[in-house]
Amino acid sequence: MQRDFRAWLSESSDDAALRIGEAVRPGLEVYHDNYRAALANCLAEVFERVRLWIGDERFRSTTAAHIDVTPPHAWTLDAYAGDFPETLELLFGDDPEIAELGWLDLALSEAFVGPDSAPVDPGRLGGIDWDRAVLRLSPTLTTHVFRSNAAAIWSALSAGEVPPVAALLAEPVTMLVWRKGLMPCFRTLEPAEAKAIDLARSGVGFGSICAAMLEQLEEEDGVAAAGQLLGRWMGDGLVVGID
Amino acid sequence: MARPPGRFPAMSGMSHLLFGLGLRKPHYGDFLDGDEPVAVDFVEVISENFMVPGGRPRDVLRRVRERHPVALHGVSMSVGSADGIDRDYLARLRLLVDDVDPLFVSDHLCWTRIEGFNSHDLLPLPYTEEALDVVCDNIAVAQDVLGREMLIENPSSYVAFDAPMTEWEFLDAMCARTGCGLLLDVNNIYVSATNHGFDAQAYLAGIPADRVAQIHLAGHSQGRTLLIDTHDRPVPPPVWTLYEAAIARLGPVATMIERDDDIPPLAELLDELQAARDMAGAHMRRAA
Repeated sequence: MQRDFRAWLSESSDDAALRIGEAVRPGLEVYHDNYRAALANCLAEVFERVRLWIGDERFRSTTAAHIDVTPPHAWTLDAYAGDFPETLELLFGDDPEIAELGWLDLALSEAFVGPDSAPVDPGRLGGIDWDRAVLRLSPTLTTHVFRSNAAAIWSALSAGEVPPVAALLAEPVTMLVWRKGLMPCFRTLEPAEAKAIDLARSGVGFGSICAAMLEQLEEEDGVAAAGQLLGRWMGDGLVVGID
Repeated sequence: MARPPGRFPAMSGMSHLLFGLGLRKPHYGDFLDGDEPVAVDFVEVISENFMVPGGRPRDVLRRVRERHPVALHGVSMSVGSADGIDRDYLARLRLLVDDVDPLFVSDHLCWTRIEGFNSHDLLPLPYTEEALDVVCDNIAVAQDVLGREMLIENPSSYVAFDAPMTEWEFLDAMCARTGCGLLLDVNNIYVSATNHGFDAQAYLAGIPADRVAQIHLAGHSQGRTLLIDTHDRPVPPPVWTLYEAAIARLGPVATMIERDDDIPPLAELLDELQAARDMAGAHMRRAA
């Protein structure tokens, strides 16, 4: 019976509905409607900027297509949002800003409930061997490469302003998402900072990050550049430990 | 675990009736920012909304817990799943229970998951011996992991199966075999009784009164052919009438208003809660 219910809900299988019972068809329709409404509401809540960008009608047909082929697999409804940016990429390959808006909506939503971590107190940095020091970054931190001006579109939509026309960037940029205190945040990274973030996340020592900065920036004082980044990361609450 | 004698443990020694509200986002400010705590005896939260690693939801719950006793009410345990209960879910719920020290921990008599598919809806069970075995085994596992007795809520349902037991007979047997308590949703009794044509009074007479530890009151909507448990409007008169019959049968039971959609200002829900207080109080005075 439970497998028939699953087939009815996820595949709208008439055979399964008949096996459950033709007499209870009105009730089965209620469960079918509830199932799809819960998933559609979940997607609408998480991907609010995508909905605002592509419009209600197009968003409804997109979520319906996603629900048709993507049954929920986790006990938490939050997890259902995870696959939607891939669907956006598949359906709107010629409009990369749509999937990138989706990625940003999702990443901010996940950062909102990500693990708590206290940022390092800048007043307690004395006595650290910076050559060997390994930075631990916020567990809510995530990055993604953007090809479009989706971040500007996202900000305008969130502020209730007229968004800019979608455009490809001259060069792809790395987008950083994390949570500062209780507030999810995002900003774009210059190539050197993106490289430094990657290195820090891979667990290399701060000395190696300084060396990479020297190489990347073609400056003599890579240490000073790395120091400036460290100061910014501390201010952003990105550094939650120094080992 | 066999049913222990007497009243559900969480209710023993309770000197007065408790009246609570479901905590919903539009009311976070009311519950957190007021100079005085909101005039409720407890709040109930949807467990899954707070089974997250951290961030604002956990911060809100911690601060609310400083002001009020909290009941945890789940929607994803799936005690009716034929392929067993999700251990990861239970482990996360246990962490929340340990953090919150809740007044009650409850979920529904339903199934939501089968073989990796999660419907995120409260799906109906046939009231058979086979289903009873599944439900009791799963509740026993859950109570073992959680280290406490649970409350199981009667669902609203839109499909009824030909089965040897009524819902109230099933609940009675379930309580006897697992030692769990009941969260009696009076609106759900009304909705299911209307949809399936059974007698709501017979339902009240058939449940094990000493195991009912909490009552939900809510509203519903008329669908195309069936009543739908929408929780999007005030408690309607027939549900109040049934509540009066319930407290006459059950005596003092913690009661709360459950509103999930079209959520009004807090004051409106507090007015509804006052109506429940007045109704229960009048009954208790008559009984005395």
